[in-house]
Amino acid sequence: MSASSYKNQPDEHGHFGRYGGRYVAETLMPLILSVEKAWNEAKYDPEFWEQFGDLANNYIGRPSPLYFAEKTTNHLGGARVYFKREELNHTGAHKINHCIGQVLLAQRMGKTRIIAETGAGQHGVATATVCALFNIPCTIFMGSKDVERQSPNVFRMKLLGAEVRPVNSGSSSLKDAMNEAMRDWVSNVNNTYYLIGTVGGPHPFPAMVRDFQSIIGKELHKQMIEREGRLPDTLVACIGGGSNAMGIFYPFLDDLDVKMIGVEAAGLGVDTDKHAASLNGGRAGVLHGMQSYFLQDEDGQIQEAHSISAGLDYPGIGPEHAWLFDEKRVEYVNITDDEALAAFQLCAKLEGIIPALESAHAYAHVLKMAGDMPKDHIVVINLSGRGDKDIYTVANKLGVKL
Amino acid sequence: MSRIEKTFKALNEAERTALVTFIMAGDPDYENSLKVLKSLPESGADIIEVGMPFTDPAADGVTIQRAGQRALKNGANITRTIDMVKNFRSGNNTTPIILMGYANPIYSYGLKQFAKDAAFAGVDGLIIVDLPPEEDAELRGLASMQGLDMIRLITPTTDEKRLEKILDGACGFLYYVSITGVTGTAKANSESMKLHLDMIKSKTNLPIAIGFGIKTPNDAQEMSYLGDAVVVGSSIVDKIKDIGDNGGDISDVTTLVSSLSYVLGSRL
Repeated sequence: MSASSYKNQPDEHGHFGRYGGRYVAETLMPLILSVEKAWNEAKYDPEFWEQFGDLANNYIGRPSPLYFAEKTTNHLGGARVYFKREELNHTGAHKINHCIGQVLLAQRMGKTRIIAETGAGQHGVATATVCALFNIPCTIFMGSKDVERQSPNVFRMKLLGAEVRPVNSGSSSLKDAMNEAMRDWVSNVNNTYYLIGTVGGPHPFPAMVRDFQSIIGKELHKQMIEREGRLPDTLVACIGGGSNAMGIFYPFLDDLDVKMIGVEAAGLGVDTDKHAASLNGGRAGVLHGMQSYFLQDEDGQIQEAHSISAGLDYPGIGPEHAWLFDEKRVEYVNITDDEALAAFQLCAKLEGIIPALESAHAYAHVLKMAGDMPKDHIVVINLSGRGDKDIYTVANKLGVKL
Repeated sequence: MSRIEKTFKALNEAERTALVTFIMAGDPDYENSLKVLKSLPESGADIIEVGMPFTDPAADGVTIQRAGQRALKNGANITRTIDMVKNFRSGNNTTPIILMGYANPIYSYGLKQFAKDAAFAGVDGLIIVDLPPEEDAELRGLASMQGLDMIRLITPTTDEKRLEKILDGACGFLYYVSITGVTGTAKANSESMKLHLDMIKSKTNLPIAIGFGIKTPNDAQEMSYLGDAVVVGSSIVDKIKDIGDNGGDISDVTTLVSSLSYVLGSRL
């Protein structure tokens, strides 16, 4: 073990090893520093966590259940497979956890307007939801390609009172939506809070979003002890930016007997130019305020990601994952579009649960792995989102017209 | 004395405000970009900022975003940008060249190699938009060893405490971003800037260049009383985009630069 603890990152400048940091325009620096200051105060304020806990329980519907997936277990004939059911949260995914936390922080800071980026629309819907709840105007930036392929979520955001701004710059996808949100933030530094949707962006966002999402792993710890009297053996989570994975991994990082697997989206395959596997198919660089791993060409120009799952369709990854990858504390594997699509259908039929295409990547890896494991081995999948939003994509792939 | 120091000294003696012009390297293509670069000093540019294109320029407005995309489409990269500067230097050894861009292509090229190659080609300074003082130490050290100035930015959000942090390690000149926003948007209010600039000037002797939102000769003249230099970018880039296939001509650029230079002719 090369670190004394895996839980003491980042350092005071927001660095996870060489990753993370604050790579933003000078105009934003004072604001980023004030977010950090506000977060450091809130983090140690019991009243803040009381508010968070109350909304987590009564608005989100936490704790999310830990479900023994008996049919999957029997089907595979190996490890005992559990689901941590984040898909049952209000708005249908784990994203609401960090949205509640951040809207409380924005309110503490006296910010009167919220902006966010979204890819699949899950983070956008969760942001629009908490902004409706707190009566704060919000603008969601979304690549025009995603606006087209995720029209139900666009409508949901509008119903919730958000302004959805389609982004046509660059490649018109999630990374460009993030650029556009940064441009808006630079232009509205005084009244606006940027509610970043993953464990990425400049410090303190990666650590802060992780801390809010850690509620997943903390609950799991307690539920597992109650249910099995011990810790799980393996945790599996899908990775786009990496927020649901950090949330379930972080509380267990120093429990070295707990193995962790992050599943990146391999799209058409990591050996093609159509994937979203930043760790296994990219290299270190700087984008969106952080040093991390990114998909890029030999000149350091950022490449477009590809995944069947819009939520994993991002050419970067949170800096803590980059560090855990280098430290080899977490194993990072990948799953193709086709494997995820098959897993999506199998999960629906076996368990009566339609998972998000994102989470289907994690399920697909367990399908590959769990059959060969001993029967007393416990695997937990973070079922980070539900698949209702994906039925159009899946129907289209299967040649079904809705 | 560096080219940057010499330039500001000479302009100061002539009581003139420097004209800093921005172009994107390789926009619309390498040949035309080099021609524009070579034409700038004789049209009146005192200092030239050369943009290094990047796919994800989060601090730039749409005009400069598109310039970068045009350049990338036509094969621009750091190697060719440095080559362009080398070519320019073969005919001009006085006009300072500042490379301006984002961190990732430089990290990809290699920081040490970049500082070495840029200095060898005749670059004088660097402005890396997403390397605030908190993150610029490594490149600043390597640049300084090669005699390159890392230019620091000051913005309307810079208070006195932040200013101390920025001035600690600043060299060459200071770039004053006059608005909270991206490049190519509205012009700042010169009245409200004056107080802020007075505070800054009381803390440093470095020359101050004022940029963002300065488009016309009138804008340039208005801002010229506030700093040692004014930076014009988007409106020049806007003329460059039509050169070549779209029927534009290099004279569209030189005419604008000449008129900008003309109004800065005297501070009196």
